[in-house]
Amino acid sequence: MSQTPSLRPGTGAASQNEITAEIEEIAADAAARVRAGGSPELQPRRDYAPYRSSLLRHPTHELVRVDPEEVERVSPAFGHTDVNVLESDLTIQHAGEPIGERMTVSGRVLDGEGRPVRHQLIELWQANAGGRYVHKRDQHPAPLDPNFTGVGRVITGDNGEYSFTTIKPGPYPWKNHVNAWRPAHIHFSLFGTAFTQRLITQMYFPGDPLFALDPIYQSIADADARARLVGQYDHSLSVPEFSLGYRWDIVLTGPKSTWMESEDADE
Amino acid sequence: MSDHTAPALQTPSQTVGPFYGFALPYAGGPELVPGHHPRAIRFHGTVTDGAGEPILDALLEVWQADESGALSRELGSLDRDGFTFTGFGRCATTIAGHYTFTTLKPGAAGTAAPYILVTVFARGVTHHLFTRAYFAEDSELHATDAVLSAVPADRRNTLIAVSEGFVGGAESYRFDIRVQGENETVFLDFDA
Repeated sequence: MSQTPSLRPGTGAASQNEITAEIEEIAADAAARVRAGGSPELQPRRDYAPYRSSLLRHPTHELVRVDPEEVERVSPAFGHTDVNVLESDLTIQHAGEPIGERMTVSGRVLDGEGRPVRHQLIELWQANAGGRYVHKRDQHPAPLDPNFTGVGRVITGDNGEYSFTTIKPGPYPWKNHVNAWRPAHIHFSLFGTAFTQRLITQMYFPGDPLFALDPIYQSIADADARARLVGQYDHSLSVPEFSLGYRWDIVLTGPKSTWMESEDADE
Repeated sequence: MSDHTAPALQTPSQTVGPFYGFALPYAGGPELVPGHHPRAIRFHGTVTDGAGEPILDALLEVWQADESGALSRELGSLDRDGFTFTGFGRCATTIAGHYTFTTLKPGAAGTAAPYILVTVFARGVTHHLFTRAYFAEDSELHATDAVLSAVPADRRNTLIAVSEGFVGGAESYRFDIRVQGENETVFLDFDA
């Protein structure tokens, strides 16, 4: 990093053009590494300067690679005693109907071998249709929706499937840089059958004009890997007179899958 | 539909962000056992960034064996009954960057020395970080622990929780996590 950009949230003074230039420079570097025979970067870089919050929050030492042991090879057990089936419908948690485009998000959770991840916990959270979280530190002056908290849970079924009913979140501004806007997204938290499969990620929506501008989405250098975060409109999931459908399948690591190195091995 | 489709490529990780507040923390999440359990320990510390500043929007998860070294297969980590030890806990840091779990000291699982697996999520952390908290008094077992042996000797101290004696009726162990910088915590990449 040539110079130290602003490190604190809320103080990002860089312009979008500067951030975009940084994004493009890293993308070109990653592409050159692949052309030189390197592995594509399927996970985000931990040190990704365009995302300013990563600057002081990435380890500077390389991670120590070890074999998982018993504790890592199993996972906490969650079940229907932990999660009420009604928690997968984010539109019924209050007295009235939430504002926004009602949608159904469904898909399957698989491991790296293509096997269904059964009976495991998925948690999600999101902004409302106006791009506002129900969170005291979210000061975006968009209206809170009294009928939408934006939080849901579900346990995957026998075939690894899940389904949520919710409303489409709006894009929102953040203070990474001047005029920074996050593409609309839903946060997903997932457990697999081993704790090493733990994953927190975000689902995006197809065709979002903000993709190229967003340092969080772009922190994954490989374009195909990034595209795996985008849910697809699926008319067969749309519910007549009720909601539009999106499909998003999620793949956790498998027991034999290769963990891609995403950090520069420069020490 | 077939049980086994085809090898598939991983879904990439993304930061937990700062606004997980109503979604991930839950009542009783940091209390793997009630504080009045006769062998409850306090497992706590501060999470700091590369400037030494507390990370006030981190979320930590722990996953561990019980006192005998066994891993629970019981349901109920989210909706605790107050009696079943499920081995999982979740805690958001305070505005001082501090976390506290109430738990039991784990026994040795397999050939590893006793430890608590700790996972760190936070805004700015693009991919969660795994680390392990071992216990200083088990130093004899540490000599043969496979993971500690893989860690450079001068960094092993970052994986050791230190007893502060009995505080408020429970033995208190301190495990500070430095995501970056001086005495940076060792983070683990499980070749899973």
